[in-house]
Amino acid sequence: MLLRLEGVTVRFGTRTALDAVDLTVGEHETVCVLGPSGSGKSTLLRVVAGLLRADAGRVLLAGADQARVPVHRRGVGLMFQDHQLFPQRDVAGNVAFGLRMRGVPRAERAARVADLLDLVGLPGAERRSVAALSGGEQQRVALARALAPNPRLLMLDEPLGQLDRGLRERLVTELRGLFHRLGTTVLAVTHDQAEAFALADRVVVMDEGRIAQAGTPLEVWQRPASEFVARFLGFDNVVAATVSGDAADTVWGRLPVPPGTPPGAARLLVRPAGVRLGAPADGLRCTVEGRTFRGHHVAVLLRPADTDAPVLEAECALRDAPEEGAVVGAAFVPDEVVVLG
Amino acid sequence: MSTTKKITAGAAAVAVGALTLTACGGSGGTDDGARSKTVTLVSHDSFAASDAVLKAFTEETGYTVKVLKSGDAVEAVNKAVLTKGAPQGDVFFGVDNTTLSRALDNGLFEPYAAKGLDRVGEAFRLDGDRHRVTPVDYGDICVNYDKKYFADRKLAPPRTFDDLAEPAYKDLLVVENPERSSPGLGFLLGTAAAYGDGGASRPGGGGWQGYWKKLKDNGVKVVDSWEIAYNQEFSGSAGGRKAKADRPLVVSYASSPPVEVLYGDPRPAEAPTGVAEGTCYRQIEFAGLLEGAANEEGGKALLDFLVGKRFQEDMPLNMFVHPVSEDARLPELFTRHGVVIDKPLTMAPEKIAANRDQWIQSWSSLVLK
Amino acid sequence: MRGALVLLPAAFFAVFFAYPVATIVGRGLRTDAGWRPGRLGEVLARPEVLDVLWFTTWQALASTALTLLVALPGAYVFARFDFPGKQALRAVVTVPFVLPTVVVGTAFLALLGRGGLLDGLWGVRLDTTVWAILLAHVFFNYAVVVRTVGGLWAQLDPRQEEAARVLGASRLTAWRRVTLPALGPAVAAAALMVFLFTYTSFGVVVILGGPAYRTLEAEIYRQTAQLLDLPTAAVLTLVQFAAAAAVLAVHARTVRRRETALRLVDPAGTAHRPRGAGQWALLGGVLASIALLLVLPLGVLVARSLDASGGLGFYRALRSAEASGGTFVVPPLEAVRNSLEFAFAATAIAVTVGGLAAAALTRRAGRLVRGFDALLMLPLGVSAVTVGFGFLVALDEPPLDLRSSWILVPLAQALVGVPFVVRTMLPVLRAVDVRLREAAAVLGASPLRAWREVDLPMVRRALFVAAGFAFAVSLGEFGATVFIARADHPTLPVAVARLLGRPGELNYGQAMALSTILMAVCAVALLLLERVRTDRKGEF
Repeated sequence: MLLRLEGVTVRFGTRTALDAVDLTVGEHETVCVLGPSGSGKSTLLRVVAGLLRADAGRVLLAGADQARVPVHRRGVGLMFQDHQLFPQRDVAGNVAFGLRMRGVPRAERAARVADLLDLVGLPGAERRSVAALSGGEQQRVALARALAPNPRLLMLDEPLGQLDRGLRERLVTELRGLFHRLGTTVLAVTHDQAEAFALADRVVVMDEGRIAQAGTPLEVWQRPASEFVARFLGFDNVVAATVSGDAADTVWGRLPVPPGTPPGAARLLVRPAGVRLGAPADGLRCTVEGRTFRGHHVAVLLRPADTDAPVLEAECALRDAPEEGAVVGAAFVPDEVVVLG
Repeated sequence: MSTTKKITAGAAAVAVGALTLTACGGSGGTDDGARSKTVTLVSHDSFAASDAVLKAFTEETGYTVKVLKSGDAVEAVNKAVLTKGAPQGDVFFGVDNTTLSRALDNGLFEPYAAKGLDRVGEAFRLDGDRHRVTPVDYGDICVNYDKKYFADRKLAPPRTFDDLAEPAYKDLLVVENPERSSPGLGFLLGTAAAYGDGGASRPGGGGWQGYWKKLKDNGVKVVDSWEIAYNQEFSGSAGGRKAKADRPLVVSYASSPPVEVLYGDPRPAEAPTGVAEGTCYRQIEFAGLLEGAANEEGGKALLDFLVGKRFQEDMPLNMFVHPVSEDARLPELFTRHGVVIDKPLTMAPEKIAANRDQWIQSWSSLVLK
Repeated sequence: MRGALVLLPAAFFAVFFAYPVATIVGRGLRTDAGWRPGRLGEVLARPEVLDVLWFTTWQALASTALTLLVALPGAYVFARFDFPGKQALRAVVTVPFVLPTVVVGTAFLALLGRGGLLDGLWGVRLDTTVWAILLAHVFFNYAVVVRTVGGLWAQLDPRQEEAARVLGASRLTAWRRVTLPALGPAVAAAALMVFLFTYTSFGVVVILGGPAYRTLEAEIYRQTAQLLDLPTAAVLTLVQFAAAAAVLAVHARTVRRRETALRLVDPAGTAHRPRGAGQWALLGGVLASIALLLVLPLGVLVARSLDASGGLGFYRALRSAEASGGTFVVPPLEAVRNSLEFAFAATAIAVTVGGLAAAALTRRAGRLVRGFDALLMLPLGVSAVTVGFGFLVALDEPPLDLRSSWILVPLAQALVGVPFVVRTMLPVLRAVDVRLREAAAVLGASPLRAWREVDLPMVRRALFVAAGFAFAVSLGEFGATVFIARADHPTLPVAVARLLGRPGELNYGQAMALSTILMAVCAVALLLLERVRTDRKGEF
């Protein structure tokens, strides 16, 4: 493992920003820490970089405890959320900074800066002033600057946070390709699940300083470990249930559950894709309360008619989406029902 | 952590360096002990001597003179009083009648009878046979007038204190504040010597207070320093002409007219200014061996030198004062353009010491308010 | 460990300020029978002391307000407009700072006095009025405001003001709400320095005001140097000290906490040519005020230095003085060299001590360090006479018998220079975003290197501004130097004073010529500093 955190705890006064966090990042792996703001993501990066001292626990890089290693000797890279480009230096001066710190000869520096600017899609920008760059360009310069010294671990703090969606989606793909090509080990934090899932080999979801779930994007997406994770991923069809056999009783009626689910009280998540709409008599009777166009599908908000149960979200193909105010029946697909921990 | 240490270490190095330099640069006359070849002369800012003359002293005695200038005349004496016992140098030059009592009462000087003192007139030897101070030069503080001004108006320039209070000379005189200026104080003491003390309780009654009341009524202007009075307000000086000054009478020195000639541009045939001879107050300047001098022998040699012919003849053109030694000849400039004041006003140092502060105070409330 | 940074400045302050002042004040308040605190009451009961205190305070407040009023538009113009000759003009406005007050008095009277410009135009004479004092204070301190405030202003991101305008703020509101708060600390720092300077004003008041006006400083001088009345002087010093301390405390309370991280940008990018009638009018107004208040008096001096038979006669006389020798007249080249030597030494000391202090104060720190900040400013508010005489009585024992050493001169000057260095550097240092340092650290820069690579380039401008101040303070012989006995290494101001102290046209003319040389030395030195400070870019 390149990076290993063992029981890292950081407190700010009475608030615990990181609570006994264990985390590993393997060589050439891209790990994304995902969480709402205030969940301790940035603190995590600062601890690894050495900008912040852990109150308890250890940070190991390539097996070596970093407790006594100062920031500048850790050999990690960090791309700040708002880039923090040096305003008094031009683009090349920014990108070459880390190389200069390592005593790389001038000519070699120039060549490497040119390569990196090519790599991030800003060829020939060496002499430009950083103040004159657009947000996306600053982003690229910050990335080139962080990459330049070949850090053994590259950390990104909300790497695409300030960019518009189109640029963000394009850059995510570019970045992923880039990291794979360069074999860079990456630890990124973001609050944007789409970004995390697109970028990461492994996703770590954080909740109030604790790790709520870790796994591949697919695992996390398919099997959110808790209601927090589910809701953070955007799933709102969460309901209390009592499991007995292969079904569970809820305010939405009796739902099928995967085989082998232990009986008793549980929380269930119904993915919107698992809500099928049919005739009112064919399931839970609901009124269509709203429709949101989502590109490939339409998200339909359903208000159960007979009970004061919470609204239910369903996913429909474009042409199947019912009108607002229509009365439909909702049925549930067993595969899309997840029992939360 | 390491940064702070490095910065601190660097700064400490700078500081240590500075202090080391200090130690080297600070090797004056005081800290080298009796065998020192340097003798330190503490004086006021107006001290001046030709390089050649100081060099001659070194050749004669082997001592090099280091001159330490310590502010104006009064300030320099006061500093010497403050550092009594740990003096800044070996010899002090620049005590005059006004400050003599303060210096002697504070035991500033070691007695030493300089060689050549026998050639100095009795009138200058105010410390008699105790020889704590050695007279070196004298000068007269007098009202100067702008010759052109009076010639243009066919007006006779004033000659006496009484003249200055005449309506003909209304709004013409500028004087220095005796609180801050040594010629200003000299002029006040001159009036006190001439009119006596009328008592503070009844200003306008008589004595110098009564005289100053008249001067004030006659439009005397008071400024704070000789530089302002002479260069700014006095129409007879170069600065005054440029500033369109309108006061043709100023308190300055009897030697000022010859100096105007010496530094005229171009040098005039005749001095542009003259001296009101009846207003002159004599100041004698003394030197003495400072108590606790590190280089006593050198100091004594320097005192001998100060009353010697060579230094005495060098003084007039450097400090614009008159030599006290009868051996010394005045330069031609002084004999041709200067005047000899036969009957200057004088005042005993003890009397000055007893009254000065109180006189200044009553002068200030009388004239400035 | 933060404390270690403070160590050198603290030691400097203790040895060369606190100790001498305490010693001389102690001498005044102690008799053989012990302390006599009762003297405080005795002296303070005198009505004239209260008069002096009142005049000192109100003229300082008025001078400060007037200086800000006149100089803030100047600071803006220098920070935000490009116009030909800007750098030279910036150096010129600093020149008054270095001129001896006697010389300035001469120049100023040509503006306000008899036969002066105002007299000629409207028959108005302001000499021996308080207006002469106030205007001369503006003349002296214009550069303080332009340099302290303008230095930061040029680095403020104009887009923030633009953002406010887009959000519907009028130009004035945008300035008031966005720029002014950001500038606040710098304006307050400048105001503080101008106040302290004018509060302890001596020469200007004596020369232009005449005997009728007296500041505490002038009174302390009279009591100490002329009357040797140390008890009275000690009480007055304490009064002055208390007032200065009170002002510093108020400043610390109201302003210090507002020095926060700002978005600083390259000053080269924020200035532009004036656009529109309003901006041209502003530029014109500022240039006119500079011409009238600063350039005209300086011009009088230059004109008088040239007013000899054959034009350059006085300058030639300076050269012939070199040949004639004598300890009185100083060869001008030697005086220039002496001045520069002292100035370099004083600048080095001030920048080292002040820089360390500013670096220490930048970091978040406790009340102790904040108090230290105020302490460093105190030398500006405490009588130079007291400090000078304090040196005399305190530094009289080995290893600190420095009384006749040349180092005392730059040390005394540095005492005045340090507050300038701290006050100009601190707002900028505090404005540097910590995360920039962190970015550098992550990229492999050690803390020292990070300071050099991140802080230094950003404060370089401030550093040069500060060094320029320290240099000018030294060239102008500020502080206690006048009261220090010195061996015969006369500097330019000393030589000027000597020449003015003798009768004769040549002496007067040479004094004007040497003053002109002093101005030129100052202007050239500052221009060189400006050159260094703009001569950078892309350290690759």
